[in-house]
Amino acid sequence: MTAISNHRFVPNDPPRLVATPPLLRAQGLVKHYGRITAVQDVSLEVYPGEVLGVVGESGSGKSSVLRLLNLEEPADAGTYTLELPGWQGQNLLRLERFQQREVQILHIGIVYQNPHLGLRMRYTSSGNVAERLLITGERRYSTLRAAARASLATSEFPLDRMDDPPRILSGGMQQRVQLARAIALRPRLLLLDEPTTGLDVSVQAMVLDTLKRLQRELHLAIVIVSHDLGVIRTLADRVIVMRHGRVVETGLTDQVLEDPQDAYTQQLVHAKL
Amino acid sequence: MSHSTLAALATPRADYSYAFLDAFARRELRRRTLKAIAIPGYQVPYASRELPIARGWGTGGLQVSLALVGPQSVVKVIDQGADDSVNAANLRRFITRMSGAATTTDALQATILQSRHRIPEEILREYQTLVLQVPDPEPLRAVQSDSSRAHQMHADADYGQMWLVLYEQLVRYRQYLQGASYPSLVNGRYVISPSPIPRWDTPKLHQAAHLTLLAAGREKRLYAVPPYTDVYPLEFTDVPFQVEDQRDWRCRHTGVQHKFMNELPLADGSAGYELSDSGYQQKITAGTAPGATYYDDQGNFYHDGYLKPPVRPE
Repeated sequence: MTAISNHRFVPNDPPRLVATPPLLRAQGLVKHYGRITAVQDVSLEVYPGEVLGVVGESGSGKSSVLRLLNLEEPADAGTYTLELPGWQGQNLLRLERFQQREVQILHIGIVYQNPHLGLRMRYTSSGNVAERLLITGERRYSTLRAAARASLATSEFPLDRMDDPPRILSGGMQQRVQLARAIALRPRLLLLDEPTTGLDVSVQAMVLDTLKRLQRELHLAIVIVSHDLGVIRTLADRVIVMRHGRVVETGLTDQVLEDPQDAYTQQLVHAKL
Repeated sequence: MSHSTLAALATPRADYSYAFLDAFARRELRRRTLKAIAIPGYQVPYASRELPIARGWGTGGLQVSLALVGPQSVVKVIDQGADDSVNAANLRRFITRMSGAATTTDALQATILQSRHRIPEEILREYQTLVLQVPDPEPLRAVQSDSSRAHQMHADADYGQMWLVLYEQLVRYRQYLQGASYPSLVNGRYVISPSPIPRWDTPKLHQAAHLTLLAAGREKRLYAVPPYTDVYPLEFTDVPFQVEDQRDWRCRHTGVQHKFMNELPLADGSAGYELSDSGYQQKITAGTAPGATYYDDQGNFYHDGYLKPPVRPE
């Protein structure tokens, strides 16, 4: 036998993203509010360390999808699984309320467009971050202080203001506090609901920089909802386009934004450019 | 031969049922009380009845006392530590008039102690029941205004926000600020608001020999700390809970120290102090030896190691 005959044909490694199972897998999500159908048969997958952008006009169901993914509201139909130790293969939408709460607190971080939704405005910024650890049972004050300081530093928040309430902070800083709060427990999944809308362009750029760096360093899977195609282009690896509660197009960011196939996407991209 | 008439055989007519409450009300209260004892710290809703005093004046405590009292009972009623304030005197008179129970100011002789704001200084015994009047039973009220949501948080043991309030106090003032009604964890499960008793009295609930019943008449909730149950005030492990610092305060009538004091402004602008527990003060003045107290004459609490030396966080 020669060395050459030993050499069998080995297919190219499949792309790494595909080799690992997706962290998040949602299928057939449906959500009605009374007579209004907000989400109709939406399926999506997010791989570990991947950023998925969700774009669409106002009222297209983007934020509703995010609320379902954050287990904030019950879905009317669909399955939703996260590839997390202990929770593999379980439809999170069918769990008991306290189990959902456990998944939500330990494994999902969220940043809202409106900081009033995500922060306690009257409490200190460090308290807002420390609350996440308090919920999980941390009872050492010094540990809480250190963890709050570390998380705030990671989200590039000025530490001399860590004990100011978010009420008196600027919009960009409020978003950084939300971000620090979201990553305080080192979740695997980060949900961003229009995180930079309402910030001016320069602050927006800095917040986006922080997000990118965090995503790289913590190897986060991110779902980012935005109607701002610039933000999506900067952050997202893949994009799904939504309209009237349905997914109309999906693909790699460059592919969708440069060569949109669906009529609505074409309209959206050109309206922006 | 005596002539027995129907009237002589029948129970004499009375204007009110025994101890004022009708049989249904008494049964309701006793059932709810049993449930409260079975689930330490859990707030049991109950059908709060109208009483001839206004809601908010101790109707919760009064209903529980009336449901427990019997002709053999000895009742003590305390208001802000005193037996002789108008509210305490009224309640005591009402209970005894309606039940024929005896009254006392001696904390150790009473079988039922109804109290507002204080737990007596002397260590209560197993045969005693302490009934605390509660204005607001919900410890989560300050952080969650929606009571059904608060109920859910109790079910989930979701007390993170209560801890957050303590965290905030430490960040801003480097000490716990809550003065009275300090939130405490009962039996490792439910957080209660232990009536507006001072922090000084909160540790007395821990592993106590007596039964404590807490009832709110207006809010229609009652809860219990059964005998020998763990009660711990919420505290961070590295910043221990502290009772009021009254080390240098000395009672101007008895010279006693290391008991809970009332501060009195004096004519010369200085402050004088007197024992808040008037029954205890009476005993000392009368020369009767008082029973063992929760805090000894050096100010040490009777459970060793329960209260820890103060720490100022950085």
